[in-house]
Amino acid sequence: MGMAEAILLTIATAATPLLIAALGELVVERSGVLNLGVEGMMIMGAVGGFAAASLTGNPWIGVLVAILFGAVTSLAFAFLTLSLAANQVATGLALTILGLGLSGLIGEPFVGQAGVKLSNISIPILTDLPLLGPLLFGQDPIFYMSIALVIGVAWFLFKTRFGLTLRSIGDNHVSAHALGIPVLRYRYLAVMFGGACAGLAGGHLSLVYTPQWVENMSAGRGWIALALVVFASWRPARVLAGAYLFGAVSIGQLHAQALGVGVPSQLLTALPYIATIVVLVLISQNVRTTLINTPAMLGRAFVPER
Amino acid sequence: MKKLLIGLAGVAAMTLGMASAAVAADKTKVCFVYVGSKTDGGWTQAHDIGRQTLEAHFGDKVETAFIENVAEGPQATAVIERFARAKCDLIFTTSFGFMDPTLEVAAKFPDVKFEHATGYKNSANVTSYNSRFYEGRYIQGQIAAKTSAKGVAGYIASFPIPEVVQGINAFTLGAQSVNPDFKLKVVWVNSWFDAGKEADAAKALIDQGVDILTQHTDSTGPMQVAAERGIKAFGQASDMISAGPDTQLTAIIDTWGAYYIKRTQAVMDGTWETQSTWDGLVDGILEMAPYTNMPDDVKAMAEATEAAIISGELHPFTGPVNKQDGSVWLTDGEVAEDGVLLGLNFYVEGVDDQLPQ
Repeated sequence: MGMAEAILLTIATAATPLLIAALGELVVERSGVLNLGVEGMMIMGAVGGFAAASLTGNPWIGVLVAILFGAVTSLAFAFLTLSLAANQVATGLALTILGLGLSGLIGEPFVGQAGVKLSNISIPILTDLPLLGPLLFGQDPIFYMSIALVIGVAWFLFKTRFGLTLRSIGDNHVSAHALGIPVLRYRYLAVMFGGACAGLAGGHLSLVYTPQWVENMSAGRGWIALALVVFASWRPARVLAGAYLFGAVSIGQLHAQALGVGVPSQLLTALPYIATIVVLVLISQNVRTTLINTPAMLGRAFVPER
Repeated sequence: MKKLLIGLAGVAAMTLGMASAAVAADKTKVCFVYVGSKTDGGWTQAHDIGRQTLEAHFGDKVETAFIENVAEGPQATAVIERFARAKCDLIFTTSFGFMDPTLEVAAKFPDVKFEHATGYKNSANVTSYNSRFYEGRYIQGQIAAKTSAKGVAGYIASFPIPEVVQGINAFTLGAQSVNPDFKLKVVWVNSWFDAGKEADAAKALIDQGVDILTQHTDSTGPMQVAAERGIKAFGQASDMISAGPDTQLTAIIDTWGAYYIKRTQAVMDGTWETQSTWDGLVDGILEMAPYTNMPDDVKAMAEATEAAIISGELHPFTGPVNKQDGSVWLTDGEVAEDGVLLGLNFYVEGVDDQLPQ
């Protein structure tokens, strides 16, 4: 495998967890809920996935448990912010801290254990094609899930009635409620979907990216995903672009260092963040488009009047 | 009557207070501030093993406490101060970035003793202690030059502080003592611990053609990638052989236990004084993991070098050595002074990188 293929594969691996978590959060925010607990849900998914895979020896069970852990953690968030109308920012932050701590506790017996890796798929002729072969037909299953999610979320949000309703809740939950739409129920489902995605992203970390469990292994990726959603103007295609741009520059700067490029390494480390923000801001220049896509009810609690 | 009751209560409280103080005075309280988690498989885990060695040695005579994942910076000041207020007798702050916070708190608590790892500032009640990791790096460099077919190694570095630069330079000098044309590629991840990023750095280096990896970061990410890609690697701070049974050549293991016991004993005996400790292989503050996955002659060479360093025959930073820009640093036979090494901010010839300033 040539260097170009290897680099592209490394980029895809780096971008996948960001993409999945960001897509989940996109759906949550489109429904008007601001979930700052993505990092906590991601790390819970990582520990759940690793623990389950390690105990059963089956990485697929790990994937399922990762999704489950993420969804259950988000259920706590949903209950507090939707049913009890607690402040979404504070609750999200609290859940991140809880997730980081709880995952450390759960994961303690698993530190230092050998990882169970979710192996890449292999299709007889297609995988061996030069350059595109391994990239398109030889990656891990979660990569393909991430691409399916991009298409699925875009289609769901913009081509189905369910998605339209969700977006309308995010834009004006009072009017939606007046129309008889069960606002809280939609938001519950959205938040749990977001949690499931964050959990899956975490599962990718501990089952594919670096098959091991170490405390705090998410290293802030949840926060990056959150930022990606905003800078992508809550649009799935732009989230895809942002995640891959971030991944590409992250890996690119490591290669630049290995090549001995004379730019200070601290600047190179900051480059992925700078590049992604700059590009996404530039393509969001149309103010009207940005306003149309911003969920107006983001972060505001909805208390149905009886 | 009321006065009598209050008086009795006061006496009772004082007695209890004195009793608990007496009990507390029997035990020496030793507290540890960790930058990472004690199960990181690397730097912090090694310190915690040192703490456990301390506990095992002194049994009931000490009480230890620790806090993990303390961020370097202002948060550290709050944590260290909390320990000082909690009547710790001896506080170990185990990361370079805790240097200024330690000094700040030490100034406010002159009766508490502080020990700061890998720093260079002392005061009346602050000692700095360090380990000559570069001795291990020199041995690693020699092994690398013997094991690598391509003559290029990859170095995953954290932050451009003197300790890291010492490691890079020592590794290079060790490699050059076997193969004068040996090259080193350095990638800075600007983090002590990020398994994913370290793994990415490892992949980038391997894709660029290195066939040996070493690291100055704390996770087993690079070892795992090396195992996957079938190249050899060196572990860091703890024995990482479980992450790479066929991959790890050796690792520098930080064995802080003996030092911790020595200093706690000094506090107990009342002989504790501020000092700057820079112990090496000979003092047992670091150890090399068993030499594995290499031919017998390479193993013999490594053991011989280790013995030479321990006996004092060999000092890794011995001239003739030039700086990266070609100017002379050490003349023939000249040994680098500790002061220069502690503030090292330049590369030796042969390192293929621009040192971030």
